[in-house]
Order: sequence, then C-alpha cells, then structure tokens
Amino acid sequence: MTARDSAIPLAGGAAAARGLTLRGGVGLKPEHFREILETRPDIGFFEIHAENYMVAGGPFHEYLGRIRQCHALSIHGVGLSIGGESPLDLAHLDRLAHLLDRYQPESFSEHLAWASHGEAFLNDLLPLPYHAATLDRVCEHVDQVQNHLKRNLLLENPATYVEFADSSMTETAFITEIVQRSGCHLLLDVNNVHVSCINHHRDPHDYIRALPLEAVRQIHLAGFASDVDAAGDTLLIDSHGAPVAQAVWDLYAFTLDLLGPMPTLIERDNDIPAFPVLLAEAQRAERMMCAAGAAIPRDRVAA
Amino acid sequence: MSAHQIFSDALLTDGAACPPGLTTWNQSDPERRFAVYRNNVIVSLIDALADSFPVTQELVGEEFFRAMARVFARAHPPRTPVLACYGELFPGFIEAFPPAASLAYLADVARLEMLRVQAFHAADAEALGVDRIAALLADETQLGECRFSLQPSLGMLRSGYAVASLWAAHQAQDCAAALGEVDPLTAETALVLRVGLEVEIFRISTGAACFIDQLLQGLAFGPAAEQGLAADAEFDLASTLGLLIQGGALCAVTTHRSTTS
Repeated sequence: MTARDSAIPLAGGAAAARGLTLRGGVGLKPEHFREILETRPDIGFFEIHAENYMVAGGPFHEYLGRIRQCHALSIHGVGLSIGGESPLDLAHLDRLAHLLDRYQPESFSEHLAWASHGEAFLNDLLPLPYHAATLDRVCEHVDQVQNHLKRNLLLENPATYVEFADSSMTETAFITEIVQRSGCHLLLDVNNVHVSCINHHRDPHDYIRALPLEAVRQIHLAGFASDVDAAGDTLLIDSHGAPVAQAVWDLYAFTLDLLGPMPTLIERDNDIPAFPVLLAEAQRAERMMCAAGAAIPRDRVAA
Repeated sequence: MSAHQIFSDALLTDGAACPPGLTTWNQSDPERRFAVYRNNVIVSLIDALADSFPVTQELVGEEFFRAMARVFARAHPPRTPVLACYGELFPGFIEAFPPAASLAYLADVARLEMLRVQAFHAADAEALGVDRIAALLADETQLGECRFSLQPSLGMLRSGYAVASLWAAHQAQDCAAALGEVDPLTAETALVLRVGLEVEIFRISTGAACFIDQLLQGLAFGPAAEQGLAADAEFDLASTLGLLIQGGALCAVTTHRSTTS
C-alpha cells in the first residue's frame, strides 16, 4: 500500500481492473505539480478533472504524465451531462476514451447531473427530477458510456439546492435502480449527502443506508459554504472551497462503519491551500479508515 | 419548450424567473435556491475568463472586467465542456462593447492573451536538433529551398497598438513605472511561442512577421526571406532566424531531397 506500487508499468486495462487501493487521495492542482514531483508524497492517488486535460499538449500533459508514473490516478468527468435531455456528446465521449487510454486510470467517475443543453455548456452540475422517464434516459446514457469506454463508471450522487414537483422517486431509489439496471458503481460523495440532506431536510444516515452500498468504490469529501434560503433556513453550497467540515467527518466515520475502508478523495477546487494541508486531510481520512478497518466488520447494508 | 431549455434560459437570462415545478421542503420561494445555480454558472465562467485574460482585467480593473465578462458569458456560453480555450470570441466582443471603447487597445491585449492560452495548450513537437540546423545553415543553396514546419504553439498578432510592450509592462514589479515607458499608440507585432513549458511573447518587426507568415504558408526559406525584405527594408533575417532557432520554433524541414523532423 505505498505510492510506489503503482509505478509498475501497466498493461491496458490492468489499472482499471485493480482499482484504487484503500487509501486517501487529493485532487491534482497545477499549483502543486512541481512540489509533488520534487517531494514524491506518499499518497494513495491523485484525481484530475477529465476536461482540464482535454488539450493537445503543453505543461498539463507533461506534468500529469510524470506524476502518473509514480502515483495511482482517478479521472473524474464533469462535462458528460449524463442527466441531460440531449443525446450524449459523442465527440466528448471520444475525447474521454482517448484520455482514459492515454493515462489508464485506476478509476473513472462522472455525475448524476446535467451540464449541457443544446449548444450551451453551462459548467455546473444541474439537478434533474427523479421519475421513470429520467431513469430510462440516465440508464441509457450510463450504458452508452460504459460500452463506449469499455469500463465501469462510478456515478456520483449530487449536491442539490432544489427538488422537483414531478419527482416520483427518492434520490436513493433512483440511484439504486440505475445501479441495478446498468451495473455501474457508485462514487459516494459524503459532503454531497450532508449538503443535500440539510438542504432538503432529510436524515443523512437514512440516505446513506438506503443506497446500494455494495456498489460503492470511492468516497469524496469536501468543504461547503453556508447560506440561507428565502425562509431563513440553512442552505449549504457545495463550494469545494473550504476544509472538510466536522459534520462531514462524522458522517464519513458513520459511512466507514458500514462500508469498511474505501478509497477516499479530498476535493478542493477553490481557495486552494498549500499541498501539505490537503495531504494532511487525506491522511486524516486514512487514519479513520484504519480505525474502521480494525473494528468488527458490520453487515454491509444493501438497499 | 423542453424542461432543460427553460432551465438553461433561466440560468443565462438576466432577470428571468426561475423555472416552474421546483419545490422546497419548507415551502420557501425556490427563486433564492435556484439563484445558487445561476450564480455557479455565471461566476465559474467569469472566473475562467479572468484566469485567461489577467492583463485585460488589470487594464480595466476587476469590477469592470467582471461586469463585462458577465455580459459576454450570458451571450456566449461555452459550446464545449473543454473550457481551456473558452473566450475565443471575447476579444471581438470587447471591441464592440461600448463601455470599453475608451481603451482602444483592450481588444488587442485580449487577443494576445488568447494566443498565450492557445500556445500553452498547443500540441507538443520536438524542435530540430542543433546538428541538423547547423548542417542546413552550412549549405546556403539548399537552405533557400527548405520548407520548415513551425511549432504548433506559434502565433502572431499584428496590432496598431503596443500590445507586446503593454503586456510586458504588466509583468514588471513596478507596473506603473513600466507602463510610463510605453506609448500605447505605437504599432507592434507580437510573436507568441511556447519555449519548453513557458509561453513567451517577443516583439518582432514587420519584416520578421511577413517572413514567418510565409514559412507558415509553406513557402521555402529563400522566397520567404525575400518577401520579408520586400515588406520591410530593415528586415534582419539573421536575428529572426536566431530567435526561431533559440525558441525551438523550427520542428521539421523538407528539403528537395528529404524530410526530417
């Protein structure tokens, strides 16, 4: 379980088949490229946003190529618009296939959300209603992605601020159906669970227990910002701009009790601190994983 | 209209009502919650533009820049999830944006910054080796017939304003003092090139620009040099060639006998 394990050259698809080790990772930021290469931190994995590396050449590929030689990698897409009304963008799917082929990541994930409509890319993870028609569409898109990329997708639960009058299923029932029909895996974003459950007045523990936990392959942790809605009730915003909050660490501990150790990413996209600050958060996740791994295993809870 | 079309329009249109059919657990007005999405979309796009056009922002100040970027992003949202080169239409928009009209060179500075972004992400290409170049230079007759491929990152901007000097002044420790030395109304041509992992900007002469343009269009070295001289009697071929060699801009050559890269 050292970072050096993944320095072994990988045959096509081997990394994906093996998956990430049960360790902490952080998002790879250009600000940290050089420090990472100079210090070779002992870290479980790095994660990149796929779209940032869909460029022809230059420093991003140069640094990622060198960092990839020493570290495990998760590629996280933010632009596929799996929840979109429009058909998937095939050019974008090809760009993804090319990127995955080039870097052979241990993990590939995307979101239960939409981001494109018509010709416009809106650059946010937008919410969708949960009913039979949207379920069919999302499952069709997940199938198409998995067939095109010839690998399992990890689908991430969203952070949302509104709900829809025409939803006829809960989010967890919707996700459970997607997993059953498509065979995709889950990326359980514990911060998103906390944010959405506060925003929609639900119990985050019930939410997590209702997910098909056997499909979870990775966890995300992040920081949020706090606002209020029109009634003055708390409205949390998934900002990725702050350290992981204590409430989210607590929910993470609860999740580890159910799942056992799980590859865990510290996400930070705004107000990016020095690398050691992020590394320390990943190490805290690892200490909690060790504690959970040492505990008496509990039954895994399926929905 | 489809649900996502309505949602999308409500995100991008100033003053639009929030889409119908949204609910909240406490029956609060969903408008306030929908505003989080509206804000995420527009702020992330403005931030992307601010990252790509830092000198443009310094020239007009953050408040003006963000207000201008907001109008642009609403009218021209990205057409692809790949945002690296978002803002290709921004310089043209600035040129036609009446509140920015008093800063005539602003659009060209933005054009230069877009070239920098494109150069940063451009395809990699190995530069011709020193030995190969020395051999080519040793045979003047053959050199005249050579056709060179230039780095994919290479770009040029001909401006009626001192774009390269303005940009350079904004990189100086004491920007105000450096700007005092620049006459913005002096016409300049900028050469943008990624050298190693850094994008550099060079001020080049009209003749050099003409020469490089001819090389880019596939003309052989000799005729390209003649065109450079015809365009500008002061054209200094040796120093232009030196700049291209030092910057690693020459990455393949076709002689009448062979192709090497």
